[in-house]
Formats: sequence, structure tokens, C-alpha cells
Amino acid sequence: MPLTNVIYCGVCDFPAEYCEFSGKFKRCKAWLQENHPELYTKWYGDVTEDVSKQLAESSIGDEREEKLEKALEKLERKQQAREERELAKKLSSKVVIRREARTKRKCMIAISGLEVFEIDMKKLSKTFASKFATGCSISKNAEKKEEVIVQGDLADEVEAYIHSLLEEKGMKEVKVEVIDAAKKKKKAETTTTPGSENKK
Amino acid sequence: MFRKFTREDIHTRSNVKSSIQRNLKAKLLAQYPKLEEVIDEIIPKKAQIELYKCEGKIQLYLVNGEVLFFQNFDELIPSLRFVHKFPEAFPTVQVDRGAIKFVLAGSNIMCPGLTSPGAKLPEAPGFEKDTIVVINAENKETAMAVGKLLMSTEEIKEINKGHGVEMIHHLGDPLWTFSAD
Repeated sequence: MPLTNVIYCGVCDFPAEYCEFSGKFKRCKAWLQENHPELYTKWYGDVTEDVSKQLAESSIGDEREEKLEKALEKLERKQQAREERELAKKLSSKVVIRREARTKRKCMIAISGLEVFEIDMKKLSKTFASKFATGCSISKNAEKKEEVIVQGDLADEVEAYIHSLLEEKGMKEVKVEVIDAAKKKKKAETTTTPGSENKK
Repeated sequence: MFRKFTREDIHTRSNVKSSIQRNLKAKLLAQYPKLEEVIDEIIPKKAQIELYKCEGKIQLYLVNGEVLFFQNFDELIPSLRFVHKFPEAFPTVQVDRGAIKFVLAGSNIMCPGLTSPGAKLPEAPGFEKDTIVVINAENKETAMAVGKLLMSTEEIKEINKGHGVEMIHHLGDPLWTFSAD
């Protein structure tokens, strides 16, 4: 007997059959139509044809079916609202790269504000450590928030890397702020990549 | 079991020795005999099984970065992605459409959801109490949850009240979304 290959939805990661329960049904449907049109027509194609027939098929009775539908709708609305909120939060927050003085000509780079963007700090610090052949660790800053500390003057390189990382996640418009705290006068510089379409 | 489960709950990760891998496979086959024809396809002879020991004495077994089965005490429990690959091998029950919503939210399955017209239970003698069962839904082909019978299927039909299946693992829970890296 061969192994069955289940099609997982690209949007909600459930088997495509269960999309209606994931709370992202609309986007799932669009995805399915694009990627598996034959399944789309099989499941959703003839909905307009006869709603009452559908109800007759379901075993749990009209009343409960209606209730279920309402609950699913509510779930979807909730999910949507939550996603919008999260996106807004992401877009309004920014990554801060600070260059701090150490002894004499040495300095270090502290990167904070990453936790909002679901970037794994531990992994990032490992990548930086091997990429720049330097020490890199995670520590808590004055506001009790975690930040990545890189040893050495690497602000530009780090900035470029974080930009590419954010771009990969489809958040190109996110601000990355570089603060140079090593020099006597504080020089703040904001870099924004002009908004392209948000891929996510 | 996986209501709350994050990366921090993993204590150690290690590779399983080949001799123990053999034992594991034998144990899996003893529990689910129908797996015999596909076991080499799912876990190739040369494959490296990884063992993640987690909070609460849960042990996850991974092949190629995918959780295939896990163990809480003695029993090996297949993960849903494993069940999807070869659903025939596992004892299965079916719930009606009204129950899907609650199952996917992680609730235990109540008896009426297993006995109503849309649901399916095996004919007598059915399954014993404490059997690991795969839960399917009405009009769906793929499984949506894995649970443990709290009473035998015959008892479920007879009593038809209260909890019938204890939820272990369902679509959308942290184990489902878990990835190795």
C-alpha cells in the first residue's frame, strides 16, 4: 500500500480540507484556487448551486449547522482583527542598532527591538559570531529587554544583514535606526527603505 | 498534552543509537502491525532518529526534522503528520461535523459526538479502553486529532454521556506547528 500524500494549505498549514476551521478561510480559499484548482471546484465550486441540499447532507441538523457557521464566521473575524493588530504593531515598531564605546578605540554594537519581528535572537547571535568572527551574545538592557550584543565596530554590516533579514520576512518598510553613542555628540540617523508592497 | 509546548520545554536532543532504533521500530510494529509494509519507507534503514526529551517526561522522536511519534510513558503515539502518511494502520473513530470546532480547540471528545448519525464507531467488539485512536471527521478524509479512549467503544455506545476520548494531539496545537530548527 502506498503512502498517502496529504495536501497542506499554504496559508494555515492545516490539511486543505480543514481550512474552514482555521479562521483564515478566505485567504485559504484563494490559495487553494491558485494551487489546486481541481480541489477547489470539488469542494467549493458548486456552493452556489443549492444550499439547502448541503444542509440536508449534514447530519447535525439545520439549526446546529447554522450555529456552527456563525461561530466560524466569528472566529474568522477575530483572527483577522488579531492579525491586523499584529501587523500594525510590527510596522510601528523599529529595530535599534546602538554603537557603544568600550575602551579607547574599541566599541560594541547592541541591537534591540527584534523580539517583535519573531527573529530568533539566539540563532542570530550565533550567525553574527561566525559571520563576523567575533563575540556575540544576548543580554538584558536597562529596560529589561533582550538585546543582541556584537563585539567590534560592525554597525554597517549588522544593519545590512538585518535589512536583508526583514526583507526576507516581507517587512521591508520596517525602520532600522542606527544610533552612534560612541561619539561625544549623539548623531541619530534614520534609514527607511521606501515602501514596496507588503508581501506577507 | 501539548496545550503549552515551546522550544524551551525541550531539555535535551540526541541521536538514537542504531541498536535502539531497531528496538523502537520493532516496538512500533508490535503496537501497529499494519505499519509493516511501509515502515521502511517512513523510517529508512539508514535514517537517523533523533530523540528530544521534553518537559513532563515527553519524548519526541524525529526523522529528518519531522516529529514522527512521541512517547509519554510506555506507549508510542504517532504524530498527525505520520498518521496522514498512512492512516490505515491506526484504529480510527469518527466524530460529527458539530464537534470539529471543539476538537480543533483542544477539548476532549464527548460521547454524543461519537454516536450521532455523522459519527462512526467500529462494530463490536471495537477497541479496548486506553487504546490510542485517530480521530477523523465527518465528510473529511484526513485525520484531525489523536486521542486516547477513556472507555471502550462498546461502553461509549451504551453510556453515551461524558468524556469519551482524551485529547492528546490535534491540528493546530503547538506540536503540529513545531519545527525542528
